[in-house]
Amino acid sequence: MSILSELRDSRELVANLTRREVKGKYKRTVLGQLWSLANPLAAMLVYTLVFSFIIKIEPDVGDPSGLDIFAVWLLCALLPWSFFTNVVTGGMASLVGNENLIKKVYFPRSALVVANGFSAFFTWSTEMAVLLVVLLVVGSAVLPWLPLVVVVMAVLYVFALGISLLLSIANVYFRDTQHFVAILFQIWFYATPIVYPGTLVSERSDRMGPLFGSVTLEDLYRLNPMERFAEVFRNLLYDNRMPELVDLLVIIAWAVGALVVGALVFTRHSKRLAEAL
Amino acid sequence: MSAISVEGVSKRFRVYHERNQTLKAAVMRRRRASYEDFWALRDVDLEIPHGSSFALVGDNGSGKSTLLKCLAQILYPDDGRIETRGRVAALLEVGSGFHPELSGRDNVYLNASILGMKRPEIARKFDEIVDFAGVEQFIDQPVKNYSSGMYVRLGFAVAINVDPEILLVDEVLAVGDAAFQEKCAQKFATFKREGRTVVVVSHSMPSLRTMVDHAAWLQKGVLREVGPAQGVLERYSDSTHESSGATIGGLVHIGSGEVRIQRAEVLPLTATDEPLTVGGGLRLRLHWSAAGRVERPVVGIAVEALDGTYLAATNTRDAGDPVDVLEGEGVLECTLPDVRLHPGTYSVIASVTDESTTELLDQVRDIARFSVDSGGRSWSGGYLALPASWDQVAESTSAVDG
Ligand SMILES: Nc1ncnc2c1ncn2[C@@H]1O[C@H](COP(=O)(O)OP(=O)(O)OP(=O)(O)O)[C@@H](O)[C@H]1O
Ligand SMILES: [Mg+2]
Repeated sequence: MSILSELRDSRELVANLTRREVKGKYKRTVLGQLWSLANPLAAMLVYTLVFSFIIKIEPDVGDPSGLDIFAVWLLCALLPWSFFTNVVTGGMASLVGNENLIKKVYFPRSALVVANGFSAFFTWSTEMAVLLVVLLVVGSAVLPWLPLVVVVMAVLYVFALGISLLLSIANVYFRDTQHFVAILFQIWFYATPIVYPGTLVSERSDRMGPLFGSVTLEDLYRLNPMERFAEVFRNLLYDNRMPELVDLLVIIAWAVGALVVGALVFTRHSKRLAEAL
Repeated sequence: MSAISVEGVSKRFRVYHERNQTLKAAVMRRRRASYEDFWALRDVDLEIPHGSSFALVGDNGSGKSTLLKCLAQILYPDDGRIETRGRVAALLEVGSGFHPELSGRDNVYLNASILGMKRPEIARKFDEIVDFAGVEQFIDQPVKNYSSGMYVRLGFAVAINVDPEILLVDEVLAVGDAAFQEKCAQKFATFKREGRTVVVVSHSMPSLRTMVDHAAWLQKGVLREVGPAQGVLERYSDSTHESSGATIGGLVHIGSGEVRIQRAEVLPLTATDEPLTVGGGLRLRLHWSAAGRVERPVVGIAVEALDGTYLAATNTRDAGDPVDVLEGEGVLECTLPDVRLHPGTYSVIASVTDESTTELLDQVRDIARFSVDSGGRSWSGGYLALPASWDQVAESTSAVDG
């Protein structure tokens, strides 16, 4: 794909743009990079308070890890989710926000979207590192699964990149896209087992029986790619077990599919960006 | 082998009457927004020779920037083909990739990589870039604390150090203070000497005349003329005055016409037959007629070489002999006692402006020519005579002196 060879030739640029994003984001703040941890921390506190203490959601005990801590269980899916939304939200703004650059200089436009993804990935990695420390402290045997975690993180990056390539172009033509997506994310968040366990949906689905033909509620529910990502990350980090093979294959398929579609659309429109902006 | 070939290039812009930039607008109208096609470039053919400095001239909106952006691959032509041979750098707007919160150093790296430089290459050139921009003391400060001049200089320094084989420049020559402009002019001269190709867009005819050898003239997106700079630039600048211009007796007059210089005579300084030699003198008689009464005009002459190089100029105000009034007809004589030009033929431009020299009343190019004779001596190249004497000195003497 041309987008890949283009990016190979401009590794420097992607690296420097990523550095610009990372460095520029928390310039002139006292806490600096620590702020990137504040968001997930605040979300964790709020969700734990609401869903664990008030609504009393009780996720299954980690199997085989035996962990039973709501906040940790929550973070295992919440961090990947917020990474995903950060990449897509930032990616959508990356072309529109760099209008000046695009109109004046020639360089591979995809570098902007890719670098945005990398800078979010960097933030996410620090969050995951903190989570890792917490997991080790509370006694999760996560270390052997670490290589696979990194692979799945890369798969999620690819998926998020594909979506943000697609939406960044859409946002150039229709600026509504970003507002629309913001609302979509709110719904999507609750359609994904982040603050509640997926088993709640399976139970409800079993009680309801097939909706039409042999399609159950759970089948529809599992069409959501982020549901699979959430399960896979929880399997690895919280339960310390091998995820279902089919889940792994499905997320890879989603990632490849999103990247191909995103890259095709992006390549088709990138030449016209300077005049469309 | 030309550095850039442009074959039948056309560029169309869609001018939307009401652009669907929101979904609602698109849905409400239930179809694509209505637009008109606007051809910013039409069937342009150009060959830009390798190692030339090439000017693109034309009125506002004639498509110069559009063509330059097509060459830089920022825009893509709808028709035709563009081939560039060699690394291209475009200076369309300097400093456009700067991040205000980052230091000058970080920004140099960022901006240089946007322009396609690799890290070791940037590191090697870093000092040169900072030195060229003259911002050593501030290089570790955020660029938002830079003065706007410093900002521009740093951006320019980066772009010019990318080492392109083809440099595209759009009206950014005029940035910076005088010293910086001088530096830029030198850098362009170096580029030219090194056999690189430079394409410039500018409205400043005098600076173009001194720096380019070829030019193309665009008119409403269509290529009107292309060729050696002198002819193209001259016809273009004449055309810009066309509305007020007039051809009288084979001479092209531009300006308001309140005064007309009808002809000029070249006379020797004294009534002898001796030809003008280097360092000799001459008199120029300008025959003028005024339509009404013109108070305190400034009358001037300029001397050009036949290749269009602007050599020197003087006027009644500079010389300290102001003219009070021009009315009716008359003759004004200008005495040049010491013409330090090398042997050759030179062309005279005569002009009359108002007191502030902002409004052109009349200007005639090539109103007269004069030749300087070698007088039997040999003179090496260049236009200006540089009187000199040479002596052998013993080394000890020079040591004492020096
Ligand atoms: N993105 C765009 N969308 C629509 N029209 C455009 C666009 N860019 C340029 N044009 C039009 O194309 C024409 C040529 O513009 P261009 O900028 O090339 O002119 P120019 O020769 O550089 O003029 P100037 O001397 O003022 O810089 C203009 O009429 C301009 O309005
Ligand atoms: Mg222009």
